[in-house]
Amino acid sequence: MITTLIRRAIQAGFVIFAMTLIVFLGVNVIGNPVDILINPDLNQAERLRVIQNLGLDQPLWRQYLGFLHGLAQGNFGDSFVYGRPALQVIAERLPATLELALCAMVIAIVIGLPLGLYAGLYPERISSRLIMTGSILGFSLPTFWVGLMFILLFAVQLGWLPSNGRGETAEFLGAKWSFLTRDGLAHLVLPALNLALFKTSLILRLTRAGVQEVVLQDFVKFARAKGLRESRIVLVHILKNLMIPVITIIGLEFGSLIAFSVVTESIFGWPGMGKLIIDSINLLDRPVIVAYLMMMVVLFVSLNFVIDICYTLLDPRVRLDGKG
Amino acid sequence: MDSKLADTAGIAAAEEAPPPARAWPAIRRFFAAPSALVGALGLVAIIAVAVFAPLLAPQDPYDLMQLDIMDSRLPPGSESFAGLPYHLGTDGQGRDILSGIMYGLRTSLIVGLASAIVAALIGTTAGLMAAYLGGRAETAVMRLVDLQLSFPTILMALMVLAILGNGVANVVLAIIVAEWATYARTARGTALVEREKEYIEAARCLRIPGHRVLLRHMLPNCLAPIIVIATMQVARAIGLEATLSFLGLGASVTQPSLGMLIANGYQYLLSGLYWISFYPGIALLLTIVSINLVGDRLRDVLNPRRAR
Repeated sequence: MITTLIRRAIQAGFVIFAMTLIVFLGVNVIGNPVDILINPDLNQAERLRVIQNLGLDQPLWRQYLGFLHGLAQGNFGDSFVYGRPALQVIAERLPATLELALCAMVIAIVIGLPLGLYAGLYPERISSRLIMTGSILGFSLPTFWVGLMFILLFAVQLGWLPSNGRGETAEFLGAKWSFLTRDGLAHLVLPALNLALFKTSLILRLTRAGVQEVVLQDFVKFARAKGLRESRIVLVHILKNLMIPVITIIGLEFGSLIAFSVVTESIFGWPGMGKLIIDSINLLDRPVIVAYLMMMVVLFVSLNFVIDICYTLLDPRVRLDGKG
Repeated sequence: MDSKLADTAGIAAAEEAPPPARAWPAIRRFFAAPSALVGALGLVAIIAVAVFAPLLAPQDPYDLMQLDIMDSRLPPGSESFAGLPYHLGTDGQGRDILSGIMYGLRTSLIVGLASAIVAALIGTTAGLMAAYLGGRAETAVMRLVDLQLSFPTILMALMVLAILGNGVANVVLAIIVAEWATYARTARGTALVEREKEYIEAARCLRIPGHRVLLRHMLPNCLAPIIVIATMQVARAIGLEATLSFLGLGASVTQPSLGMLIANGYQYLLSGLYWISFYPGIALLLTIVSINLVGDRLRDVLNPRRAR
């Protein structure tokens, strides 16, 4: 177990190292930082001075070492737009994105799990078929367009909910949160629903498939034969055995929720990391782009690391030390 | 003895039967499901509209001479200054939405098809090679595939676009980078099963050169799942392109895709001018659903375990 852990950790570290190389080479070699960073109106002498200041005249390996050095200290340079350290700018936006992603995940579970359970238990009912057709729509509908339609329907036509920004926020644990105030909660509803749409369909389909598998198992038949109440069979025997795949997916998909919040945040003007990265790409704010990409790489590598470890703990049949 | 020989001959003949004889039942089975028929018809219609857009569209949305700023933001069903109807209304520049959708479909379909095909070529080659060669090469390719699949597609695409900058060509590249791994994994998985079969062993015993075994023996037998995935991936690529264009990272203003058209309508949405975003979105939705219906049915038909 310990060796597996260490081996996995080394692999994760290697992946992160490889990604620093890719991101660094990508941004510094494929994209030309001189064109991006320097005002084209400057004369030659000023140009050279700026190049020197930014260290762009150094050999590539030294630039890369400098980049790694900065990385180790969490220093990606100052944002060109905000004039503050890039990591700080991103960290300020983190709570907004986390809040949105968490809410979307809760919505996806609360809607997807019961509906999937129902559709799996009674697959022949018309309502189950309707649910399944609905879930296909959830997969096919482009998220950003659904977001626009939400705005059109609930914000413009009905005027029930606001469509832009976070609204009023309250301080909690040193960060600002929307869900603690009434106004903030109202602002949260549409973006969270929008982000949850795809994941709801996913959890729904996964639950249904799982139910249909578990229902055929002997222990369910045995529970029925024993004369247990149906509610107990569903809640204990079926649901418990469903939890492993469902929890895995929830863990895996949480990272992708944060990545996909890019779209939702842009539509609803939600001031999170996703909106920041899109703005930064459009404004060529390189330090923020690099910091964001590196942060995402670390996030996903650690997420996969944790999930791998959980697998070994939960399911002794999975042995990672053989053929990982 | 004679009859037995005839039987064997008959089986051999059946196995060597020309493809159309085997394709027909498959095609018939494909259309047995009404959803597949709807999807296929929809897809044919959409492709026809895209191909013949210059003939069908009431207006050339790229020709600024045909646009009249006086006609901007007209609701669906209005008439132009010259008396021509705008069935789906006009956008902020006085562009006919219907014509915009027809031309936008072209960009979306081309991006979707091009990226899915190139990604399929790269991914399939990598997957087949990995399965055939084995050893270090296989480990290296599959590690890369695992690594890529652990990142969401949109993040991979953002990474590419952040490095290369905006534009249609870069979006195609971003989608290829984001999607090739799926093909590689499927191709390898199928090829691993095929590799153990007797006909491959026979081909090897006949000392047929490796590239020939790979191309003429392995590839055709691995094709079915790859075609299914490619169909679904076209839909995903179209959706991804629309999303990236909507975020302002994709198609140029002069050659709008569906995503770009939807993005154009975003600013008018709050004033209730719904049609600028709504109708291109419907077109996008119909395209994606049609492709998915066809792909879903293809999977059922081409998968021997499900069909029989």
